[in-house]
Amino acid sequence: MLAVAADRVWKYFGDYPALRGASLEVRKGACVALLGRNGAGKTTLLRILANLSRPTKGEIRASVGKSGIGYLGHGIGVYDDLSATENLILFGELMGVANPKKSAAEALERVGLARVKDGLAREFSRGMRQRLAVARAFLHKPEILLLDEPFTSLDDRAIAVLQSLLNDALASGATIVMSTHQIREAMELATDVALLERGKVVFAGPRAGEMLSDPTWLYRTYGEPA
Amino acid sequence: MREKATYALGILGAIVMIWNLHHIFTQMAPEAAQGMAGWILFIHVPADFMGDILYTIALVTSILFLVKKDFTYDSISVACIEVGTMFILVNLVTGSIWGKNQWGIWWTWDLRLTTQLMKFLLYLGYLVVRPAIAEATQRATMSAFIAIFAYADVPLVMMAIRLPNVRTQHPSPVIETGGINSVAVPFVVGIIAQLLMALALMLVRLHQENTRREIDSLRRELHAL
Amino acid sequence: MKSGLGTALAIARKDLRTELRTKESINAAASFALVILVIFSFAFNLERDEFYAISGGLLWLVYSFAGALIVNRAFSRELPNDCLDVLIASPAPGWAIFLGKAVAAFLLLLLVEAISLPVFGLFYNIRWTESLGSLVLIILLATWGMTIVGSAFSAVIVNVRLRELMLPVLLYPILIPLLIAAMGGTTALFQGEPLTGENFGYIRQLIGFDAVYTALALYMIEFILVF
Repeated sequence: MLAVAADRVWKYFGDYPALRGASLEVRKGACVALLGRNGAGKTTLLRILANLSRPTKGEIRASVGKSGIGYLGHGIGVYDDLSATENLILFGELMGVANPKKSAAEALERVGLARVKDGLAREFSRGMRQRLAVARAFLHKPEILLLDEPFTSLDDRAIAVLQSLLNDALASGATIVMSTHQIREAMELATDVALLERGKVVFAGPRAGEMLSDPTWLYRTYGEPA
Repeated sequence: MREKATYALGILGAIVMIWNLHHIFTQMAPEAAQGMAGWILFIHVPADFMGDILYTIALVTSILFLVKKDFTYDSISVACIEVGTMFILVNLVTGSIWGKNQWGIWWTWDLRLTTQLMKFLLYLGYLVVRPAIAEATQRATMSAFIAIFAYADVPLVMMAIRLPNVRTQHPSPVIETGGINSVAVPFVVGIIAQLLMALALMLVRLHQENTRREIDSLRRELHAL
Repeated sequence: MKSGLGTALAIARKDLRTELRTKESINAAASFALVILVIFSFAFNLERDEFYAISGGLLWLVYSFAGALIVNRAFSRELPNDCLDVLIASPAPGWAIFLGKAVAAFLLLLLVEAISLPVFGLFYNIRWTESLGSLVLIILLATWGMTIVGSAFSAVIVNVRLRELMLPVLLYPILIPLLIAAMGGTTALFQGEPLTGENFGYIRQLIGFDAVYTALALYMIEFILVF
C-alpha cells in the first residue's frame, strides 16, 4: 500500500535539472531516510511531494490530500509576530483541525513550550523556534510527514522532542520521508533508506545492518566518488 | 525558408508602404490629406490598428498558455506585445508630429493621444517585469497574467477619460473630407503594408524566442551529462 | 466555499494582528503620506478657490503612493521563515489566501487614509466633512480597487528581483482609470457638487473597475501561486 510515490520526476530551474527522472515509492507506515549530498535534489523532491512545486515532467501520486500532509522545510514556517499559541491556532484552522485551540495547547505541551505559549515567536531561542516549527508540522496529526533536514541545528532537547514525536507518529501508522545529513539520528528511526545523487534515486531499499554500523557505507557503495 | 519568408515579407511591406506614400503625394488632392503633412496620418492610423490587433492576439495566446501550458503560446504573446508596443509608439510619435504641424503643439491631452499613451504604459509594465523573472515557467505564467490584466484595463481607460471634466473634447484628428473613396484606399493599403511588416517582425521575434529555448534545453542536457 | 471564507477570515485576522503589533507598514505609509502632503504645499502657489480644482487629484496621489507601500507587503510579509510555503501546502484554496490578504490590506490602507484626511484638510483648508457620506463611498470603492489589484501584483512579483521597483511600474498604469474616477469625484465633492447626474459616472466607473478586477484577480490567482 503506497503512501506516496514519485514516478520519473524531472524538475528544471531555468536550465538546471535539479531532478533527473527521480523515482521513489514509499509504502504506508515506512520511515524513509532520504540521503544525499548538498545539491542532490532532496529539498526539490520533498517540495514537489508537499505540493509546493510542480514537476516539469513525471508524476506524483499520494494517498492523502493536502490536509493529511505535514511539511517541515528549511524555513520554520511560523510567524515571528504571533505568539506560539496564535501560530498554532492559525495553522490548525488552515489544516482543518476540529478544535484548533485544544490541539494547539496539546501540541505546545508535547514539545515543551507550554510555559511560553503566549510569547512571540521572535523572542524564542533557536531551539524553541525549531520545537514550535515541529509542533506546527505535527499539529494536525498528518498521515504523511515530509521533513527537510529536521535535525539540523537542533539542540539536544529539541532532538529528543522530535525523535519522540516521530516515534509516536510511526506507531500510529503515519508515513515519514525525512531528508537528513545527520545520518546517525535518522538511521535509528528509519525503516527504509533512499540515496539521491545528482537528481536521481540511485538506491532505495530497507535499512540494512551495514548502514547502522557505518553511516558512510551507503555513499561509498552506491554514490559517486567524492 | 523561414529567413527568406521574413525578408520577403519585410521588403514587400516596405514596397507597399512606399507605393502608398507615393500615391498619396502624387495622386491625392492636398485637401483630402489636410495639407501635405497629412500623409503621416496614413502611418499613424494603421499603426494604432496594428497595435490593437497584436494586443488582442496576445490576450488570446496568453489565455491559451495558462490553459494549455504550451510555450509556443508564450512566445507568440511576447512577440505580439513587443511588436504591438512598437506600433503604439509609432502611433504616438506620428500623432505628436502631426499635432505639431497642425496645431503647433507637440502634445495634447486629448482623448485619443491619452488612450494611446495609456496602452503604451500598460504594456511597458509587461516589458519591464518579464526579463526580471529568471525561471521560464514562472516568467511565462506571470507574463500571461500581466497581459490579461493590462488588456482588461483598456476599455476602463476609455470610459474613464470620458468622465466629466477629465479631458477636453479636442477636435479629434479625423479627416473630414469629401469622397470616402479618395481616402479609404490609402488607409487600407497602409494597413496592409504595416501588416506585412508586423508579420516580418513577429517572425524574427518568434525565431529569437525559439532559439533561446533551444539553447536553454541544450544547456540543460549539458548539465545533465 | 464556507471553509474558504473561514480561511480568508483567519488569514485577514492574522495579517491585521501582525501589522497592528509591529505597525511597520502603517508607520511607513502614514509618514510618507504626511511628507508628500507637505512637499505638495510647495508645488503650487494657488489661491484657495483655485486650489479646490486640484484638491481631489492631490488627495488621491497621496493615497495611491501610500497604497503602494501597503499592498507591497501583502505577500512579501509571507517570505520570512518560508510561511508562504506553509500556506500553499495547506488545503486552503488559493483564492481564500488571496482574499484574506486583500481584505487586510484594504483595512490597513483605510486606516492610513483616515489618518491622512484630517491632515490634508488642515494643511489645505479643505472642508471635507460636508457630503461625508459620498466621500466615504468614493474612498471605500477606490481603496478596494487599489488593494485588490495591488495585492494581485504583490503575489506576482513576490519572487522577482527588485520587487519594490517593479510594483509601481505594473500597478499605476492599471490604476489610472480608477484614480481618474476617484480624483474627479472627490474634486467634485470638495467643490460642493453632489454625486448625481453626470457626476454619478464617477461612482459607476469605480464600481465597474472593482467588479472587473475583483473577478479577474480571484479567478486567476491560482495560476500564480504554485510552480
